[in-house]
Amino acid sequence: MSAAQTDAPVPHYSKEDFVSGADVRWCPGCGDYAILSVMQKTLADLPIRRQDHVFISGIGCSSRFPYYMNAYGFHTIHGRAPSIATGLKCVRPDLTVWVVTGDGDGLSIGGNHLIHCLRRNVNLKIILINNRIYGLTKGQYSPTSEKGKVTKSSPYGSIDYPINPLCIAIAAEATFIARTVDSDPRHMGQVFARAARHKGTAFIEVYQNCIIFNRDTFQPIVGRETREDRAIYLENGKPLIFGKKKDRAIRLNGFKTEEIAIADGVTEGKNILVHSESDPLPNYAYMLTQMEYPEMPVPFGIFRCTEKPTYDDMLNDQVKFAVEKKGKGNLRDILYTEETWTVKG
Amino acid sequence: MPVQIPERELDSVTIRFAGDSGDGMQLTGDQFTDTSALMGNDIATLPDFPAEIRAPQGTLPGVSSFQIQFSRNEVFTAGDAPDVLVLMNSAALKVNLGDLVTGGLVVVNSDSFNEENLKKAGWKSNPLEDNTLRDYSVLKVPFSSLTRNALAQSKIKPSEVDRCKNFFALGLVFWMYGRTLDHTVKWVQEKFAKKPEIAEANLMALKAGYNYGDITETMPHRFFVRKADIRPGTYRKITGNEATALGIVAAAQLSGKEILYGTYPITPASNILHELSKRKNFSVKTFQAEDEIAACGAALGASFGGHIGITATSGPGICLKSEMINLAVMVELPLVILNVQRGGPSTGLPTKTEQSDLLQVMFGRNGDSPVAVVAASTPSNCFDYTLEAVRIAVKYMTPVFFLSDGYLANGAEPWNLPKIENLTPIKIEHARPVDGRPFWPYVRDEKTLARGWAYPGTPGLEHRIGGIEKADKTGAVSYDPENHHRMTELRRDKIRRIAEDIPRAEVHGDQKGKTLVLGWGGTYGAIYAAVSELRKEGKKVSSCHLNYLNPFPKNLGEILKNFETILIPELNMGQLLFLIRAEFEGVRAVGCNKVKGQPFKIREIRQAVEELR
Repeated sequence: MSAAQTDAPVPHYSKEDFVSGADVRWCPGCGDYAILSVMQKTLADLPIRRQDHVFISGIGCSSRFPYYMNAYGFHTIHGRAPSIATGLKCVRPDLTVWVVTGDGDGLSIGGNHLIHCLRRNVNLKIILINNRIYGLTKGQYSPTSEKGKVTKSSPYGSIDYPINPLCIAIAAEATFIARTVDSDPRHMGQVFARAARHKGTAFIEVYQNCIIFNRDTFQPIVGRETREDRAIYLENGKPLIFGKKKDRAIRLNGFKTEEIAIADGVTEGKNILVHSESDPLPNYAYMLTQMEYPEMPVPFGIFRCTEKPTYDDMLNDQVKFAVEKKGKGNLRDILYTEETWTVKG
Repeated sequence: MPVQIPERELDSVTIRFAGDSGDGMQLTGDQFTDTSALMGNDIATLPDFPAEIRAPQGTLPGVSSFQIQFSRNEVFTAGDAPDVLVLMNSAALKVNLGDLVTGGLVVVNSDSFNEENLKKAGWKSNPLEDNTLRDYSVLKVPFSSLTRNALAQSKIKPSEVDRCKNFFALGLVFWMYGRTLDHTVKWVQEKFAKKPEIAEANLMALKAGYNYGDITETMPHRFFVRKADIRPGTYRKITGNEATALGIVAAAQLSGKEILYGTYPITPASNILHELSKRKNFSVKTFQAEDEIAACGAALGASFGGHIGITATSGPGICLKSEMINLAVMVELPLVILNVQRGGPSTGLPTKTEQSDLLQVMFGRNGDSPVAVVAASTPSNCFDYTLEAVRIAVKYMTPVFFLSDGYLANGAEPWNLPKIENLTPIKIEHARPVDGRPFWPYVRDEKTLARGWAYPGTPGLEHRIGGIEKADKTGAVSYDPENHHRMTELRRDKIRRIAEDIPRAEVHGDQKGKTLVLGWGGTYGAIYAAVSELRKEGKKVSSCHLNYLNPFPKNLGEILKNFETILIPELNMGQLLFLIRAEFEGVRAVGCNKVKGQPFKIREIRQAVEELR
C-alpha cells in the first residue's frame, strides 16, 4: 500500500527522528531505557522509511515500548502481539514489523502464539525483554525466574522450573535466534541490525535489569567484573574462546559442551567448537542454549541464522499462483455458477 | 414393458432421509435438493447430524438426517413434519418415526432389519412385522441386496458396493417424484472423475433405484410437484454458510480492499473457511490460526494495516475472542466477527442450532463496551448481512458481530441472485496527512463519530494506539477521569448513531393490534409462515423481524407501542426479550422459548400465539 512512496530515496534519519515525544514512564534506571535508545539509533541507520516500521506489543513494562517510538505502534493485549503482527504481515508484507514482549507476556500468557509465530517463520522481529520477574504487577515470579526465587507470590520460594526462551525458539525451529543484554548497547545494536536484515522470524532475548523488583539478576553473568569469565560472545566462524586472558574454551564431550583451559592461546588439537550460525540442524544451537550460569559461561550473540521461506511470502505466492491460474477473481462468476435457473416473469 | 403408473399432483412434499452417519444421508439430501431447486420448486432444508463423525453403526446416536420441503408455493421452513421417511436402517426408523405425519409413507431398507440391528436400535420385535407401522404406508425395499445385485459385475470392493446403496435409494425417490437424474449424474462424474469405477458404480446404483420404481409395481402412484410461482429472476440453491462466504468475497470486491479471514476450525462455521480458502484470486486471504484468540488477533492486525479483518467462529470461540474484540472497541478499528451460533453453554451441542449468544455478543466484555450487531434471517440473506457488517465496521470504525446459526448455516433455499451492478460499493476514506500537523488518531467525523483510519506506510501519519484509554482527539495515553467518562460516552454514541444509517423495521400485517410476534435471526421462516397462516384464518396478529440487534432500528419503539402484547419466540431462554424489556419501558413482552437444538416448527409459533391471554 505504500508502494507510491517507495521511489524516493530513504531519508537520512537521526536517532531523534524515532523519538515519539511521549513521556517515558519506566522507572529511573530501568534497563528498558537502554533498549529503547539502541532501537532508535539502530532504526536511524537502516535503509527503511520511518512510516514502514511498526511496533506491536502486548502487556507489561516492556510493552509500553511502541508509545515511545516515532513509528506506527500498537500496544495490544497480554501475550497476543505475535498474532496481531502475523495478521498485519499477511496483508502488508511491505512493512518491517517489530514485536516487543517480555518474559511474562511472551512466555507465560502468550507462549502459544510465540511458538506458532516462530514455527511459521513469519517475517517479524521479536524482541523478548527478559528480566525474570513480573514488574508491572509489582514483583511476582515469572516463567524465567529461577527455581526457589522468593517473591511476593512465592514467599517460600518458587517451585516452578524456569523456561529457557531460546530453547523454545529452537524447538519451534526459528530461523534467527540471538541473545544480548541491556548493559552492552554496542552488541545490542549489532544484533538488532542483523535481525532487521533477516528474512523470517528473528527472535532476540535481551537480558534486562529490573531495578525495582529484580535488581542485578544478571549481574553475576554480565557484570563488569565477571563478564569476561562468565559470558561468551559468539562470532560466526570463530572458536568459542573466552576469559580475561582468552584462556578458556568450549569443546564437545559426547553430547555435552564442556569448558577447558587453553594455555598460551594454543587451540590446535583441542577440538574446540567453532561457531556456525548457519548449521541447518538445530542441535548445535540447542547445545549452546544449555550453557547456563553458573556451570557454564553464558553465550551472547547470534545462535542461529538460517533461511527458509517465510509465511508471508508463501501466502502471497499462493495468491499470485491463484491469480495466474484462474485470473483475477470476478464476483459474477462465483455468484452466477452453472447451477442456476431462471424464473421468467 | 414398464407399466404406466398413474401420476398424482401435490402442492408440497416434505421428505426426510435418515440413516447412519456413514450412510451418506447429507449427500443424498443435497442431491435431491439441488435437483428439486433446478426443477423450479421452492425449497427449504434442514440437515441434522450428530457431532461424531462416525458414531457406532446402527445405533440411535449415530443417526443422521436431512429434511427437505419442496413446493409449488413459497416455503419458509423445511416443513413441520415429514410426509415421507426414507430410511437406511432400523435405528433411523426408531429416531424418526414419531415425527412422521399420520398416514405418511415409510420407505425403508428392509435388509437392515436383522436381529442384530434391531437389538442395537432397541427394538424388541421387528417393527416391519408387528403393528408399529399400522398407521402408515410402508414400502419395504431391500436397498442393500438390490444394490449388490445391480453391481454384481462391478470390480469395486464389497464394502464400496455397500456404500452405493444411498444412490439406489435416491434413484427410487427421484422416480417417485418425477425428478430427472441429469444433475446427479453430472455431479457423480465430476466428483469421482479420478475414480471412474466408483463413479460408474454409483451411477449404476442410482439408475437401478430409478428403474426399480419404474418396473416393479410397488408404488400405486408417482407424484409430481409443479414449478413454484416465485419472483422472476436468476436463482441458485444456497446455504447460509455459502452465502456468508460469498458475502465476504463480495465485500473484498466492493471495497477494493484485501480481506484477511482469520479463523480456527469450529462447527458449524468451518465450511466458510473451506469455501474461502479456494478464493485466493479474489483478494481474500485465509489464515488458519493456532487458536481462536490468534484468529481474531490476525484479523485485527489486518485492519490496523488498512485492510479488512474478519474472524469467524461459534459461541465457544467468542468466549476466547472477547478480549481481542474489546481491544478493537478501544482502538476503534473495523473488525467483523461472524458467530454461527450453536447450542451452549460450553461445548454444548456442536452440530445443533440455537440463538443463545445474543447477550454474550452484546455484553460479554469488560467495561462499557458497545458493538454493533446484525443477524441474518434466511440462508440467502447471510450474503446481505455479511456485506452490511463490513459496511458498518469500516464506516464506523467498530467491531460488528454478524450472527448466523447452525440452521441457517447448513439449511438451503433458492436464492434470487442480486444483479452485480446493483450491489453498493463500500466506500472507505482513509486519513490523509495535513502538512505541519501531527496526526491525532481520535479526531472524529462529526456525523458518524468514527475516528480517522490511518495505516502504516503512510508518511506523516505515524501514530500509536492501544488498549489503554486515550485522550480524546490526540490519542495520548490518558488516565484523566473526565476524559474517560467522555470517551465512554463517545463509544456509546457512535454505536447509537448507526441507527440513523439502517433501514426501519417493518411490520408484516396490521400496523396496530393485539399481538405482534417479534423475532430475530433464523426464526424468520417459522414466524412468518405461522403469522401468515393465522392471518388467513382471521386472527389479529402481525409480525416484525429484526436483522439489526444493536442498535435497534429507530422506529422499533413506535412499532411496539402499537400492540397490546409482544410475543418473542427465540431459540434461547429469552435474550431478545431481556433487551426489549430493558430498552422499552411499558411494553408487555412475553417469551416463547425453545432450546432443543432444533428450529421452531410453524405449529409451535401458532400455538404460542393462540395460547396468549
